[in-house]
Amino acid sequence: METNEQKSTVLDIQNVSISYGSELAVRNVSMPILEKTITAIIGPSGCGKSTLLRSLNRMNDFIENVEQSGNIMLSGQDLYESGVDPVEVRLRIGMVFQKPNPFPKSIFRNVAWGPTINGLSGDIEERVVTALQQAALWDEVKDRLQDSALNLSGGQQQRLCIARALAMKPEVILMDEPCSALDPVSTSRIEDLLFELKREYTIVIVTHNMQQAARVSEYTAFLENGVLVEFGDTDQVFTRPENQRTEEYVTGRFG
Amino acid sequence: MKDNNLNGRHLLAKIFRWTCIAVTGFAVLILGILIYQVTVMGLPWLDMQFMDSFPSRFPERAGIKSAFFGTLWLVGLTALFAIPTGVLAAIYLEEYAKPGKVTRFIELNIANLAGVPSIVYGILGLALFVRFFHLERSVVAGALTMSLLILPVIIIASKESIKAVPQSLRQAAYAVGATPWQVIRHHVLPSAIPGVLTGVILALSRAIGETAPLIMMGALTYIAFIPEGPMDEFTALPIQIFNWTARPQLEFHELASAGIIVLLGVLLIMNSIAVYIRYRGTRSKM
Repeated sequence: METNEQKSTVLDIQNVSISYGSELAVRNVSMPILEKTITAIIGPSGCGKSTLLRSLNRMNDFIENVEQSGNIMLSGQDLYESGVDPVEVRLRIGMVFQKPNPFPKSIFRNVAWGPTINGLSGDIEERVVTALQQAALWDEVKDRLQDSALNLSGGQQQRLCIARALAMKPEVILMDEPCSALDPVSTSRIEDLLFELKREYTIVIVTHNMQQAARVSEYTAFLENGVLVEFGDTDQVFTRPENQRTEEYVTGRFG
Repeated sequence: MKDNNLNGRHLLAKIFRWTCIAVTGFAVLILGILIYQVTVMGLPWLDMQFMDSFPSRFPERAGIKSAFFGTLWLVGLTALFAIPTGVLAAIYLEEYAKPGKVTRFIELNIANLAGVPSIVYGILGLALFVRFFHLERSVVAGALTMSLLILPVIIIASKESIKAVPQSLRQAAYAVGATPWQVIRHHVLPSAIPGVLTGVILALSRAIGETAPLIMMGALTYIAFIPEGPMDEFTALPIQIFNWTARPQLEFHELASAGIIVLLGVLLIMNSIAVYIRYRGTRSKM
């Protein structure tokens, strides 16, 4: 953790509030996301953690009646400024979803589709191989790249979705409870993978699994009712929380 | 043992099951009788001479050539007009239109239009295409009228199958930086296409069988040529059948039956295509 001082802020969340109609889901949240670290967002169901995560790559654009205020700065650029193309935002900030959602296409096409439609330069095939290797899936699928992705197991599908995000070489990867639909073995494989990935990528992960947050992340944000109750070093949040509610939550007294 | 009235419940389940079987059987029986009667009357008349002759006032020389090709022209042009319009409208309503009063109003109207009697479309076709646009009683005027008639069906069927494409698939595509068009083109449409095509084929089957709008707009019953262009006059299978059944002689009634067999054959082929597409579509998703 000593080296953290040198890391620069990739994403800066500044006074962000998000509401659905009259319901305020995220209330004035500010926190930095540091380069090549894993930041976990924890909190009870409905606390606004997924809403906050989805605001980081403008996935909330697809939901009706969403109002958002505050700024989200990606390397100094406000993602919500008029004139910013949400498609480009999602190019730079990838996402992995709660349930594995591979395309009903071949394993190869799943990973190759993003780079292809975006006309990314370089050898697409090489990109796919690298992404599958980074996602620790290559050895399992290298002989059947043309098989349908839907024939893979749930855990493999989720690693394929991670590979799909990696193939875009994004600056940040958002993960929305990526292990909640998986068995313990698949979950631990993905956690191992996260350790590998943070050498090169900045990751924000929403999880309802506190052990997972404690295991994989350097920073933890605790949200309750849309309010950022506590944000800090994961060690500190889990062992010496400053806030009473944080302590009650991480020790399992509610949530 | 507790008495949960298990016997009574089992009895009720049995009664329900047999009622369902009986009702289904009745429907199939009626259809069977109909097909049997038509076949017995019409089959002896169904030969190459019948397929290759124009209408005549002598039953033994009468045939269905002009009506058969008229129907092919009519359905072909109708498909050409109605499929792109209907599918694009469905894409707009499901993927682009913001949910709200206007969209709801449009959707409600489309649903209502699906229930409007076909004769009303005939009146509309007569006033709009035949008279106002001076298309006369051409096959293109007929096809445009039929297109209006089946558009609501195509839109509703396409909308439903586009709606059935899981939201997670769209999100996955957007998350790798796709534009709305790329998401629709590469993911939504391929997933929706079996449902869309099934709706399209069912709608076209309806267009093949419709008689009232064509009579209303004045498609002719006696045509001794095959349409060579979209502006030619035409007749169609149901009109020819209607015309034959309206005559007093028994031979013409038998000719009508033969015509019905041809019509059913065309319908059967089209429905088989729909089933095949559906089968292929679901298999490729496995």
